Amino acid sequence: MKNKQVIALLMSVLMGAGVLTGCGSASMASTGAGGSYFSSDEEGKVINIWTWNEEFRNRVTDYYPEVKETSSDGTVTTLKDGTEIHWTINPNQDGVYQDKLDEALKQQASADQDDKIDIFLAETDYLVKYIDKDIDVAIPLKELGIDPESDLSDQYKYTKDAACDADGVQRATSWQGCPGVFIYRRDIAREVFGTDDPDEVHALIADWDKYNEAAEKLKEAGYYMNSSTIDTQRVYTNNTKAPWVEKGSTTVKVDENVVKWIKDTKENLDKGYIHTTDGQWADTWNKDQGADSKVFGFFGPAWFVDFTLTPNYGESAEPNWGICESPQAYNWGGSFIVGCSGTDNKEHIKDIMLSLTGNKDVLLDIAKGTGDFTNTQSGMKELSEDDSFESEFLCGQNPYKIYAPAAENIVMDKLSPYDQGCVEALGNSFGDYFNDKVDFEKAKENFETTIKERYPDITEVVWPE
Amino acid sequence: MENAPLRTEEMPTETRKEVSLINTGKKIDYSKWGYIFIAPFFICFFIFSLIPLVDTIRYSFFQYYTTGLKEVGPNFTGISNYVELFASDLGKYTWNTFIMWIIGFVPQIIIALILAAWFTDCRLKIHGKGFFKVVIYLPNLIMASAFSMLFFTLFSEVGPINSMMMQLGIFEKPFKFLASVGGSRSLVAIMNFLMWFGNTTIMLMAAIMGISPDIFEAAEIDGCNNTQRFFKITLPLIKPILAYSLITSLIGGLQMFDVPQILTGGKGTPDRTTMTLIMFLNQHLKARNYGMAGALSVYLFIVSGILCAIVYRMMNNESDYGEKKTKKKGEKS
Repeated sequence: MKNKQVIALLMSVLMGAGVLTGCGSASMASTGAGGSYFSSDEEGKVINIWTWNEEFRNRVTDYYPEVKETSSDGTVTTLKDGTEIHWTINPNQDGVYQDKLDEALKQQASADQDDKIDIFLAETDYLVKYIDKDIDVAIPLKELGIDPESDLSDQYKYTKDAACDADGVQRATSWQGCPGVFIYRRDIAREVFGTDDPDEVHALIADWDKYNEAAEKLKEAGYYMNSSTIDTQRVYTNNTKAPWVEKGSTTVKVDENVVKWIKDTKENLDKGYIHTTDGQWADTWNKDQGADSKVFGFFGPAWFVDFTLTPNYGESAEPNWGICESPQAYNWGGSFIVGCSGTDNKEHIKDIMLSLTGNKDVLLDIAKGTGDFTNTQSGMKELSEDDSFESEFLCGQNPYKIYAPAAENIVMDKLSPYDQGCVEALGNSFGDYFNDKVDFEKAKENFETTIKERYPDITEVVWPE
Repeated sequence: MENAPLRTEEMPTETRKEVSLINTGKKIDYSKWGYIFIAPFFICFFIFSLIPLVDTIRYSFFQYYTTGLKEVGPNFTGISNYVELFASDLGKYTWNTFIMWIIGFVPQIIIALILAAWFTDCRLKIHGKGFFKVVIYLPNLIMASAFSMLFFTLFSEVGPINSMMMQLGIFEKPFKFLASVGGSRSLVAIMNFLMWFGNTTIMLMAAIMGISPDIFEAAEIDGCNNTQRFFKITLPLIKPILAYSLITSLIGGLQMFDVPQILTGGKGTPDRTTMTLIMFLNQHLKARNYGMAGALSVYLFIVSGILCAIVYRMMNNESDYGEKKTKKKGEKS
């Protein structure tokens, strides 16, 4: 028996070694295409687009002029010239979309021509990760034949700045701006404050002190100011003095304003101004946007009203919402279109980008059709001055009167590739603190653990004095 | 094969000659077919199991992860991953895993014992045994993730359990099951209990039915009552199977992952008290931190290895295989 074992062992070792060396030689294929960003000069017949929800697909199918039809399950859109767009949608939460995208980008060089990713979408939270010039997966717009200076001159400057790499080369473009506002229930405003006029409501919440006073009044009347503890997070984290991680550093610096958010939120929760500690997108949060909730208001940009609030409130319910400026200007989200290195659809990418982000007529159509705030300065200005434009959902208010000035104030120069993880970890770790399950110090510790697990290159987390 | 010298020193020389004579003389060699037939399995095993396993162990000594889209490593760093691993909250996660397993296992084994005793009791004459066996096994057929999604919805702050309890006047305000340590751990344990008690029941029934009815009859004639019969006859005689289910369940519990992962969205909330070892492993795999994940896998491998060794020992000692085994060992050495 024994010699059989010896031979078997020998065989296994040899085979193992063989495969191991095989693995070693086939080392990681680089994601960048090196000399050229395009794998073929001929236009491919399939455009693969990766995204995390239906938003961009709806924009393309509803507003891209070249679209002929979309299959009933929504996975394939056919263009007039016969080219097919194949949609790959993975959820954003918990980094699932990025994990899958990263995996696919690694295979990009070896994938079949029709399986290569041609366009992917990136959110502001992690855009920096993909437009990095060393990684080079995002095709510079100039290489696609788009001149950002002239072709995209009507876009908001901050959306263009956010899409530039370290050398100032723009590598992505967006059709939307996401100036955040405060969205409130008109019936509650009338009952508690005696007015539902946007300017007067804004005066009531003009800064955080006034905001808390208003919250106290709402509480006395049996209402909540906010639904979730996370609701105000973006407003605070968007007004920090420095990015989470400075370029080239391995230290997460927690900004003073972030700590202020934790303190304020805990206080407001204990005082009963906030309904729940469940996060955003949770069941409770969705229900709080419904017609019979006790929650006064939400923070959000235009897409929030269109994409989240409207369906949660119910299409059939009586219009009851108004919007006003938030206590502090902020930006939430923003989807960027990125042309992926290795594509064989150069012309189509260029055309989709130009039509959806550089064509004023299309952008105005999107704004009028969906209520989204689109990336055209002159268009938005026109809309905001157009008194005939009314949003039915907002009880006849023209939201662009509020959005357009808010967009002017946005600065987005504090982006880092670690933003999404930091923002998510903040909400999760301090959720336990808000629930009184752990003390502040323990929550800080949990935040550090989570960050270091998610980003092994982070060596330190520094808290303000 | 036959050319290789047979190194069986104990074998008399004549026998050895005879064997080789028969083989070479008739030139019939089936052994290569044996190898060909088992080759597909071994090839698959080497490629998909052994090599990843060896790689995992190898990477546990390297710094190797991805940040953004950039890969760092692999750089050999010795045992630094292990040092870091044991400096982290590994003990806490091991404890979490154990505590959630034990709260699920205790009711599981008790209920399974009671049910098995009832179902096998010929005096009780339960009708529709087959039906009940199917029903108690059913929860095991549901996908664990679907099961925990269901519980997540049932026990959420605005879920049906809370509204029911409030209408009955038991709770004054909604209880946040998933924000409390006891609540979320119990939910995980209850789910594991519901999923596995049927399986254990059926295994224990088989064990009880394997006991000779003569013993029960004799006991009854001697005036033994039900309690005595259960504790003095049934229980001692199914001890090996009980121990077996304990250890297999322990190994299964060590790998507990799907239920708490889905229930808490992979966060192990609150305060990481439902974070099991495998969920901890997943946290590292998120960052494609093959080094740390490898070190943790090796730790898990060793722990389950020890548990397996205990089962193996126990099973061999309980049967007469044990004797043969020792003999064989003696032969070899």
